[in-house]
Amino acid sequence: MLQANTSSLATDVQTTTKRAGAARTQASAEPPAAGVQEPKPLLEVKDFEVAFQSSTGTVQAVRKASFCIYPGQSIAIVGESGSGKSTIASAVIGLLPGTGKVTGGKILFDGKDITHCTRKEYEALRGSKIGLVPQDPMSNLNPVWTIGYQVREALVANNVAKGSEAHKVAVEMLEHAGLPDAERRAKQYPHEFSGGMCQRALIGIGLACNPKLLIADEPTSALDVTVQKRILDHLNELTSELGTAVMFITHDLGLAAERASYVVVMHRGRIVESGPSLEILQNPRHPYTKRLVQAAPSLSSQRLSAGVVRAQAPGMPTKAEGEQSGGGQGRAGEVLRAEHLVKVFDIRGAKGEKQQLRAVDDVSFTISRGTTLAIVGESGSGKSTVANILLGLLDATSGEVYYEGVAASTLSKTDMFEQRRKMQPVFQNPYGSLDPMMSIYRCIEEPLRIHKVGTRGEREKRVAELLDLVSLPRSAMRRYPGELSGGQRQRVAIARALALNPEIIVLDEAVSALDVLVQAQILQLLADLQSELSLSYLFITHDLAVVRQSADEVIVMRDGKTVETGTCVELFANPQEQYTRDLIAAIPGGSIPLWVGD
Amino acid sequence: MKRYVGRRLLQLIPVFFGATFLIYAMVYALPGDPIAALGGDKGLPPAVRLAIEKEYHLDQPLIVQYLYYLKGIFTFDFGVTFSGRPVVEVMADAFPWTLKLALMAIVFESVFGIAFGVFAGLRRGGVFDSTVLVLSLLLIAVPVFVIGFLLQFIIGVKLGWLPVTVDRSMSFKSMLMPAIVLGAVSFAYILRLTRTEVARNATADYVRTATAKGLSRPQVVTRHILRNSLIPVITFIGADLGALMGGAIVTEGIFNIPGVGGTMYKAIFQGEAATVVSFTTILVLVYIFTSLIVDLLYAALDPRIRYE
Amino acid sequence: MSETQVYPGQEHTFSDIDETGLGAVDAVPDDRPPASLLGEAWRQLRRRPIFWISAALILFSVLIALFPWLFTSVDPRYAELSHSLGLPEPGHPFGFDKQGRDIYARTIYGARASVAVGVLTMLISVTIGTIVGSIAGFRGGWADSLLSRVTDVFFAIPFVLAAIVIMQIFKESRSIWTVVVVISLFGWPQIARICRSAVMEAKQEEYVTAARALGSGGLSNMLRHILPNAAAPIIVYATVALGSYIVTEATLSFLGIGLPPTIVSWGADISSARSVLREAPQVLFYPAGALALTVLGFIMMGDVVRDALDPKARK
Repeated sequence: MLQANTSSLATDVQTTTKRAGAARTQASAEPPAAGVQEPKPLLEVKDFEVAFQSSTGTVQAVRKASFCIYPGQSIAIVGESGSGKSTIASAVIGLLPGTGKVTGGKILFDGKDITHCTRKEYEALRGSKIGLVPQDPMSNLNPVWTIGYQVREALVANNVAKGSEAHKVAVEMLEHAGLPDAERRAKQYPHEFSGGMCQRALIGIGLACNPKLLIADEPTSALDVTVQKRILDHLNELTSELGTAVMFITHDLGLAAERASYVVVMHRGRIVESGPSLEILQNPRHPYTKRLVQAAPSLSSQRLSAGVVRAQAPGMPTKAEGEQSGGGQGRAGEVLRAEHLVKVFDIRGAKGEKQQLRAVDDVSFTISRGTTLAIVGESGSGKSTVANILLGLLDATSGEVYYEGVAASTLSKTDMFEQRRKMQPVFQNPYGSLDPMMSIYRCIEEPLRIHKVGTRGEREKRVAELLDLVSLPRSAMRRYPGELSGGQRQRVAIARALALNPEIIVLDEAVSALDVLVQAQILQLLADLQSELSLSYLFITHDLAVVRQSADEVIVMRDGKTVETGTCVELFANPQEQYTRDLIAAIPGGSIPLWVGD
Repeated sequence: MKRYVGRRLLQLIPVFFGATFLIYAMVYALPGDPIAALGGDKGLPPAVRLAIEKEYHLDQPLIVQYLYYLKGIFTFDFGVTFSGRPVVEVMADAFPWTLKLALMAIVFESVFGIAFGVFAGLRRGGVFDSTVLVLSLLLIAVPVFVIGFLLQFIIGVKLGWLPVTVDRSMSFKSMLMPAIVLGAVSFAYILRLTRTEVARNATADYVRTATAKGLSRPQVVTRHILRNSLIPVITFIGADLGALMGGAIVTEGIFNIPGVGGTMYKAIFQGEAATVVSFTTILVLVYIFTSLIVDLLYAALDPRIRYE
Repeated sequence: MSETQVYPGQEHTFSDIDETGLGAVDAVPDDRPPASLLGEAWRQLRRRPIFWISAALILFSVLIALFPWLFTSVDPRYAELSHSLGLPEPGHPFGFDKQGRDIYARTIYGARASVAVGVLTMLISVTIGTIVGSIAGFRGGWADSLLSRVTDVFFAIPFVLAAIVIMQIFKESRSIWTVVVVISLFGWPQIARICRSAVMEAKQEEYVTAARALGSGGLSNMLRHILPNAAAPIIVYATVALGSYIVTEATLSFLGIGLPPTIVSWGADISSARSVLREAPQVLFYPAGALALTVLGFIMMGDVVRDALDPKARK
């Protein structure tokens, strides 16, 4: 379906020269070449094409891609998974995976054609001229070698330092990369490091030999938001100090705009738009870029509302009514209340001694009918533990959960079984939440079957309805999870959660593994369903930008404790705690005003 | 690390008692009356018989006999055979043969298994890989005794390169062919394991990162692919020593080696309970000992284990 | 950031507004038939020649085992010493063994014992191993510790030696069943180990948690979600193990403690061929070759099935 005529592609690149008026003055942020002569690009990618050989034939991963990077400049290649952005990055450093082959065009580095280098030539280039900071910090360090050894290795291989000298330089590099106590840390192994520390070590490795170009492939997407920001800031400091050019590969338009001066947008192997980052964000021209910009969850975005007027289902109290009555004595709108939840885990410390971890420490909240409560926190904040307690998967150490005013601990086993119908989960991992052995029909039917609802025929009708509800074609019933994309699986998971007409849906990071456009779609679907079915959501997430788009009330958690609570609007407009402010500030590109549609 | 090894040690204690008791019970159930056999055709006078039964605690129930036996083991008293020879002496005769055979087999299977496996794994799908894979399957499919017969016939008899049977001095040359036969199946397993591990690690993220650091291909292969791939291979090799010693009986039979297998075989048929139980106990101890070594090796090779 | 220098080649450009290349976000494929995990595995298997070769070998050996009389009308036990080590002649394509029995007929009839022992042992081992392994993996805690130690005990005992002792106990009443029981006794622990780790892995999956949140009980989760997802490694191992059980049976028969001499078996024939190896290698060749081909069929099958079921091979 995508076999567009490649010959026409060469000509369909238009140039709109929007050079922002007379803004050709020397920019302070980007060091251009001295004097008046035109600066020479450090890296030039020209009409570049990559194809992969698969069992069904050749798949074109990159088509006619052209862009360039100047010395010391930061650029970003933005795209969703499968857009070909990582393929370009791999090709630049000569690490195309598997059956990938360059089928056309060329890459010039420092004026030299490196498209078809020999292995030896690449080895000379890697590390010393082009560095790499990979995506997943935990899997990119060899678990059996110390961190110090892995930095030293880069130094020795590129003849930067030798022997004990190399050790000294390695420790310095780690210190420079922002690891405190580097001398001791260098002797430790990757599993003793947190994700953020591993990424710092990898940045240290990437910059160890002072390369001219650093490829940062989604360098922080696996990390907590505040850590993300600190690491990107630090990376920025280091590279501007060293004059290193950086090529960010990212799915996050906000991050791209904030960290790069030039942005390349890729879609299905093609560059659809490129230009100065602010231009792209504020004046996108290609329909795909427009979609991306509109979908980008950033601070300037608003609470999503349903296509129809929100919360007006007949017979249901509207949000306003719920709030009013909730403020009074009746608590009519309350569907769930948690009081002083505490969960203590017995764990073992570093030396094997017994310790207690207060994963959830005195957390209380109320969810009103038809509204969304978001629990925001970074990893280890205890937010998922709260979700598991509510779902009855974990017993709280103390505290109580009330379902419509009834304490959960007073429920009998059969009542609890009935209670489970009213609250359903949607989990984070779209690849783990559906049983791969079951068809979509059986996945969605499972809750009905467990709760013995209806006859076979009735269930089949219900499954079809549910698929309609989540905008999947009824034909999807016969398919298997392995055939669907992440977003589609998440729709199926939502349909399964809706099967028993629940009142509350617990969304545990339900959209964080999805691409931006798909994420926006799912969030819209959730908003539509909420107004249509008067659902209440408990949104567990690390992503404040998503909270802004979907929550009414917010709880910020850290280390098991509640840091701040409030309505979404209040919290963003006027955060009371420093930690909340840090979280808000960490949203990439949060401060950049976006194009808001024509 | 200490906790980890300590826990494994604790787990192995019940295994020792369980295994030795099971063996003891099985030998106890062996048919035949060895005491009667002692008397030859004439038969033993009842008084003598009673005395012998008393001496060997044969009049006691199974569990008591087992406890007496355990007591003997802990005082290094393995008892005597029915002909009056201390079992320790029998062991001293047999074990060196089997130990040497097993060690030579281990060296052979590790060196060739790893070398072939690495080459096959680095060039997965190539000619060498495919050939070696088919050969390894054949080695697993053909019983050891067929391999033994064929090697003995071709190399020993037809070509005359190596002696057909071993000599008393346990010379390297005469032990070589038996060692290869004994190690043949494990060789195939090691080869396949190494190949899978190498192929898996070669696509690991950290290998890509190591390449991106500017390391040369040989450096990447040795430090990152091999180092990580060998962890499960080495643990397999460690665990194999016990298996080879206990499983050498077929090979020993083919090459007329007076090792553990042959001695046990005879003892079982003669109902020599003390010999059978003692030999098996030693083999169980070898298993437990090598398991512990493997755990230590694992902890030494994989830093993640140390902090469990 | 408001005033940024624009370098040559970095002007704002965009490609043709080409909506066809854009497509709907996240459309469900509707051009392909549904593909279950097993269906996919089957599609992959079909393309591998090794699969067809091993399937043919397995089918052939099972056929011979079930209906040996379809392949020969000669009595494998009929001995005529005048034919001792005789060369092939019409009606006797493989020649004769030392007792003057027809090698072709013995090779054909030998399949039955081997295949029967292999299949029966596999069934018993898989049943016991799966039950023990799933209880240990699913329950965890003390049940796991206890069952794992029991499994370890069987690993610690040297198999061939223990097998000799047990076969010696049942010296008088040896049959196919004694051999099956002895091999199963030492075969199930391996399957229990594999099953245990597969179950432990599968029970962590989010779809199991989702079913628990629905109030679905432990046993029904086990049968519905965990076991089907843990089955792949067990199936693969069981196929390979079937082959190795056949080799084990031959080894026991070779040692003279396997099947009773009244049953025609490749192991015993190989053993007796040894003494005449120099004069008549064909006496060894045919039973050994038949044994190797049968076993090869099963272990190659296990190998290709493993590749086809490996979830990592697909996305």
